[in-house]
Amino acid sequence: MSGRRLPKGGLIARDRLLRFEFDGKKFEGFAGDTLASALLGSGVSLVGRSFKYHRPRGILSAGCEEPNALVELRDGARLEPNTRATVAELYEGLRARSQNRWPSLGFDLGAINSLLSPIFVAGFYYKTFMWPARWWEKLYEPLIRRAAGLGRLGHEADPDGYEKSHLFCDVLVIGAGPAGLAAALAAGRSGARVVLCDEDFLPGGRLNGERMEVNGEAGSSFAAKAVAQLRAMPEVTLLTRTTLFGVYDGNTFGALERLADHKPVPHPGEVRHRYWKIVARRTVLSSGAMERPLVFDGNDRPGVMLSSAVRSYLNRFGVTPGRRAVVYTTCDDGWRSAFDLIGAGVEVAALIDARSDVVDSLLTEAKRHDLPVYRGSEVVGTHGRLRLSAISMREAGGRSRRISADLLSMCGGYNPNIALSTHLGSRPQWDADLDAFTAGTLPAGMAIVGAAAGEFTLAGALKHGAAAGLEAVRALGFSATSAPKFSVEEEVPASNKLMVAPHGGAKAFVDFQNDVTRADIELAAREGFRGAEHLKRYTTLGMATDQGKTSALNGHALMAAFTGRATADLGTIGSRPPYTPVAIGALAGAHRGSMYRPVRLTPGHEWARAAGASFVESGEWLRAQWFNAPGDKDWFDSVVREVKGVRSSAGICDVSTLGKIDVQGGDAAVFLDRIYANLISTLPTGKVRYGLMLREDGMVFDDGTAARFAENHFVLSTTTANASRVMQHLEFARQVLWPALDVQLSSVTDQWAQFAVAGPRSREVLAEVLKDAFDCSNAAFPYLGCAQFAWRGRTARLYRVSFSGELAYEIAVPAGAAEECLEALKQAGAPFDLIPYGLEALGVMRIEKGHAAGGELNGTTTARDLGLGKLMSGKKDYIGRVLAERPGLIDPNRAVLVGVKPVNAASRLYAGAHFVARGTAPTLENDQGFVSSVGYSPSLGHWIGLGFLNRGASRLGERMLAHDPVRSGDTEIEITTPCFYDPDGERLRS
Amino acid sequence: MRYSLFSLLRQSLVGHRGWQPVWRDAAPKRGYDIVVIGGGGHGLATAHYLAKVHGIRDVAVLEKSWIGSGNAGRNTTIIRSNYLLPGNNPFYELSMKLWEGLEQDLNFNTMVSQRGVVNLYHSDAQRDAYARRGNAMRMHGVDAELLSRAEVKRMLPFLDFDNARFPIRGGLLQRRGGTARHDAVVWGYARSASDLGVDIVQNCEVTGFLREGDRVVGVSTSRGDIRAAKVAVVVAGSSSRLAALAGLKLPIESHVLQAFVSEAIKPFIDTVVTFGAGHFYISQSDKGGLVFGGDIDGYNSYAQRGNLPTVEDVCESGVALMPAISRARLLRSWAGIMDMSMDGSPIIDRTPLPGLYLNAGWCYGGFKATPASGFCLAHLLARDESHPLAAALTLDRFGAGRLIDEKGQGAQPNLH
Amino acid sequence: MRIRCPYCGERDLSEFAYWGDGGYVRPDPHAHDPEFAYYTAVYLRDNPAGAHAEFWYHGIGCRSWLKVTRDTVSHRILGVEFAGARR
Repeated sequence: MSGRRLPKGGLIARDRLLRFEFDGKKFEGFAGDTLASALLGSGVSLVGRSFKYHRPRGILSAGCEEPNALVELRDGARLEPNTRATVAELYEGLRARSQNRWPSLGFDLGAINSLLSPIFVAGFYYKTFMWPARWWEKLYEPLIRRAAGLGRLGHEADPDGYEKSHLFCDVLVIGAGPAGLAAALAAGRSGARVVLCDEDFLPGGRLNGERMEVNGEAGSSFAAKAVAQLRAMPEVTLLTRTTLFGVYDGNTFGALERLADHKPVPHPGEVRHRYWKIVARRTVLSSGAMERPLVFDGNDRPGVMLSSAVRSYLNRFGVTPGRRAVVYTTCDDGWRSAFDLIGAGVEVAALIDARSDVVDSLLTEAKRHDLPVYRGSEVVGTHGRLRLSAISMREAGGRSRRISADLLSMCGGYNPNIALSTHLGSRPQWDADLDAFTAGTLPAGMAIVGAAAGEFTLAGALKHGAAAGLEAVRALGFSATSAPKFSVEEEVPASNKLMVAPHGGAKAFVDFQNDVTRADIELAAREGFRGAEHLKRYTTLGMATDQGKTSALNGHALMAAFTGRATADLGTIGSRPPYTPVAIGALAGAHRGSMYRPVRLTPGHEWARAAGASFVESGEWLRAQWFNAPGDKDWFDSVVREVKGVRSSAGICDVSTLGKIDVQGGDAAVFLDRIYANLISTLPTGKVRYGLMLREDGMVFDDGTAARFAENHFVLSTTTANASRVMQHLEFARQVLWPALDVQLSSVTDQWAQFAVAGPRSREVLAEVLKDAFDCSNAAFPYLGCAQFAWRGRTARLYRVSFSGELAYEIAVPAGAAEECLEALKQAGAPFDLIPYGLEALGVMRIEKGHAAGGELNGTTTARDLGLGKLMSGKKDYIGRVLAERPGLIDPNRAVLVGVKPVNAASRLYAGAHFVARGTAPTLENDQGFVSSVGYSPSLGHWIGLGFLNRGASRLGERMLAHDPVRSGDTEIEITTPCFYDPDGERLRS
Repeated sequence: MRYSLFSLLRQSLVGHRGWQPVWRDAAPKRGYDIVVIGGGGHGLATAHYLAKVHGIRDVAVLEKSWIGSGNAGRNTTIIRSNYLLPGNNPFYELSMKLWEGLEQDLNFNTMVSQRGVVNLYHSDAQRDAYARRGNAMRMHGVDAELLSRAEVKRMLPFLDFDNARFPIRGGLLQRRGGTARHDAVVWGYARSASDLGVDIVQNCEVTGFLREGDRVVGVSTSRGDIRAAKVAVVVAGSSSRLAALAGLKLPIESHVLQAFVSEAIKPFIDTVVTFGAGHFYISQSDKGGLVFGGDIDGYNSYAQRGNLPTVEDVCESGVALMPAISRARLLRSWAGIMDMSMDGSPIIDRTPLPGLYLNAGWCYGGFKATPASGFCLAHLLARDESHPLAAALTLDRFGAGRLIDEKGQGAQPNLH
Repeated sequence: MRIRCPYCGERDLSEFAYWGDGGYVRPDPHAHDPEFAYYTAVYLRDNPAGAHAEFWYHGIGCRSWLKVTRDTVSHRILGVEFAGARR
């Protein structure tokens, strides 16, 4: 244990003690801590184990780039694997566990992999585990899977809530560091709608982690004041704990706001995360920079930390990560950590700079602090078992030295954080002066400022940010006065030298989390994986949860060096959304469980429920599948009873889900002639006709009815499944294909409730309901009539159509009158034992009649396949007419609609069975077609079905097998005509 | 050097200094018997089978970027042969059989893992459609089982069985389906082809076709003209672009398909599962990431990235199916350009131009087809006749009305 | 992606349905060899990398069919108009 809390300083609330547990041990921290700072403040430096070699790991960073300190947070259904301790906010009672170790973090048997590391090099698994072949799945892969992975994900449902929200703004500022605050202040003062978001819970970026002053006060105080000013501006929205995770087309951005991750559990009714979709006219990207680790043997040992993180822990959290430090750097910035450590009273045993030339000002200050400085020197190794105890270095002259230390602060310079600039495909560009990649072509409307643009001085970042904020609002036409001014001590831009690790091998880590070493990169170069992408895929460099934030550039620079190229020529890999990992549940929002998709209920739903309906999903709709009546043993009983009831007397069925489209206009009839395969224009007013729609490719699209209420007014019905697609299709035809026609379309599916009233007594029921409103006698209203009239003060429509094959009607009333209509039917039907019937009975009756439905209208059948070829009008053009004549679609060998019945009347039929001729092997070559729909016919007393059989029309009476190996085996069947019931249609005309 | 545990151990003693490049990074010659355009899985597999099965080794694979940079390295690594229609079913089963022996054929561990593929159904109609498909599979000797709800629940107890908007009623299982390591497939084929004498030429973009009358006799590239007796276009989402260089228009649209991976977690889900009430499929990689995807974005695109509506749709469907993944974090998304054909099925055929061959139209199912696609295209190139199992995958089937439309969506590529 | 519907204003991608090639013209049914004309129109659609005219349907909006010109490489919208000659 080596870290500790400093007696004073930092931006934590020392009066708010928070208790927490790590691996079952109890610790204390303060409000304002992250889990990482609280662990360091409690002297914990060993936090996790690496992915492959299970090496002990500590805390590398103080931000979202953390590759090592991943923990399991919370318990039970809220178990949350791979949480970065460096961004997890401390809360009272927090419980975290280390992961990827067994039996304990201190003693992990998986560390044996480290001993095998000479074998487990990059890509070793591609070269072995191939023999014996069966062992891959039985032995090798399970072992690999168990060893791999990091934390555990529970199998329980997530109990927390999530939501999605939209934001529209003039200027979006991403990152509330110095540049972002300045940009937001400048833009906000113009009155523009500004959104400023920052992933941290405390805005200010490095102003909070460094000892810098702005306007004569501490940077953190300046940040707090700037935030207060912004909060006071009515048009400015400040989103903290909000990560802008993705940039998308059309100035659309995805952001994740964490509302409850800093609490033990969300408040009642509070969501855990809010996913924002932000649309911004202008964007200022002020995402700062990320420090580069140095690559040397043993650079992964707990106690080795990025120098910027060392300063954050000291200055922001009042914690020192060690008691005796060594500072190792290739850049001026690393020196700051030495001075800050000394300022905090920590002993700095040595400052090792790989450069020989260092500016005098740094040397002078070092001297003032009696800091031993080694120039032109390198760290070549580290020591200690579970944490750092000493480092080995090589001086410029070649002399080796071992220095005891429990903290090694390392700085390899900074990379501008340009991830979000690359989401739309822009390639980063190499900046030789900066020794780093900078943003390439920016997305339209985006400016990049501050450290993200390579402007590493505080003064520069503030000025740069303010100018960009101002420019953004001016470009949008806001009258902005002038940029806010900040007084800051001028700095000389610091060097940012990229030093490609000259030494180190299999213990010099480049990608800490995925255990990719310098030796692995050398191996990849040797084996030809020389491009940035091949390198990544072969070694897994940059594929860990940190997406290569600390590793990618070091890896690419090493590959360039190994292959004699410049880093610029090797290039780098753009980032892909999300910038940091996002809970999948956040992107789902509230669309989960029973709320996954909206539920559409018919206006008769409640009535049906009261009548005992069992409902079933039918697309978004819930429809009554059958009605449970006293005495029904099971659903089958109910269905049989309903079919018998309709066939013997009368029943009602809610058909409101069928699509209804109102078509009006002088050219409505012409239009419909082009839409339907059959003629519609010849339909007299007051009549309904079956209509068959094809797609332009000649396949059947949908079927339904067209009713003509007036010369220029039709009402169409469509299938439930295709209602919206038919509407879209009709709009396409109207607007795109034939814009000159005078036609208007309106979907009225939801406006009308519609009920089938079917059965031999249906007319009597209906007459009782309609009374004087309408004469529904056979003479006044024969088969295929339609009419509109007033019923109880409302408009009602009546269609004499039949899906069941019985005398039947469909009555439509405004949706609000649904229950009244149903009640009226029920009362009028009581003397006739009228029953409600559901989808199953409807389905059985339509199979008995041989009507095609979902199983037959599957998008691959033609009108001829369905036996409806005679409907294809030869008198006009219509959609699908021409391509329906292609050779493949008129091939006489095609499978066409037939009826099926079992040879043994007691046998059950199954849809999905294939037709195979008796005596032939059930192979694909002998496949003759398939059963598309089945049902038990109470009218016939046995199962019946529809299906498609090759040349089926000429095979009536043939006995074959329905071959169903996945379910029922083989059933002997006989081919029949599709219509089993009242083939002459006498009942429906009666 | 042959890959084996022995060679790995031996190399581990000498710091792995003896390994050679996995494939030769060749410079293009002036001419070849056959030029394959496209260094993805299909193109490299074609070269491998040309050399190994047909003894044709004077072959170049031209790749405009780095091999495997397209869809071969951007998919969700699922392999299966659970197809319905006779034009597809035997072809994909050939692919599955080739997968089953691929490691030994290539001497490269492509991590073919037959973990099973479960397609869930949520209605009686869907069950019957899956039964029809399962029966077709069984009739061709492909394994298929129709699972009840209880059987699915035993296998995948953490799916939402209690509160689902669209209840799970069962599933169609192909146990031999599973996953393979996509990059390894690319590298394994490249290594084998290269060892057999094939030139793999990277950073070589085809900019035009060399013609003698109608006949295609080679290609112009960013690295000079290359002559060839036969040229095969195997470029997935770029098919229309290449075809346009030859003056051809294809029944193909290019669409963007996104894919996603979560942070690595300990073993969570053992099989491949597809949702039947929304667009979602998921498996877990050997490394621990949940690899998942859904529908294409739905508009023509050559940008290898998509947009938020599809991201949301995929995540909604995923959480609706498996509520536990809500707390797993999405780590990375990416996208590839799919060559969506007009009936949802592929094309392996000659073109109207003598000397020019086409392998395209894989929609979002190209990865699983990689071995058979290469195998059948090699057959076509070597013998100038379609392989019997790919005989239906013709270019003229659209005009002839002999479509292979598994989903019945017709000439609307974004619905396949 | 956001599309500026001439009727409703700029709206999110999720409100629109895509159909494809905006150059589609339904062939004259009386043309010579109509089968070939229809095959070409229905199956051989434009699929350029770059500017592409395409039909979009503002289904969750005003139900207008739009002809959008969009760059298929950058996804930038270059122009939007009503697909039909009149509404």
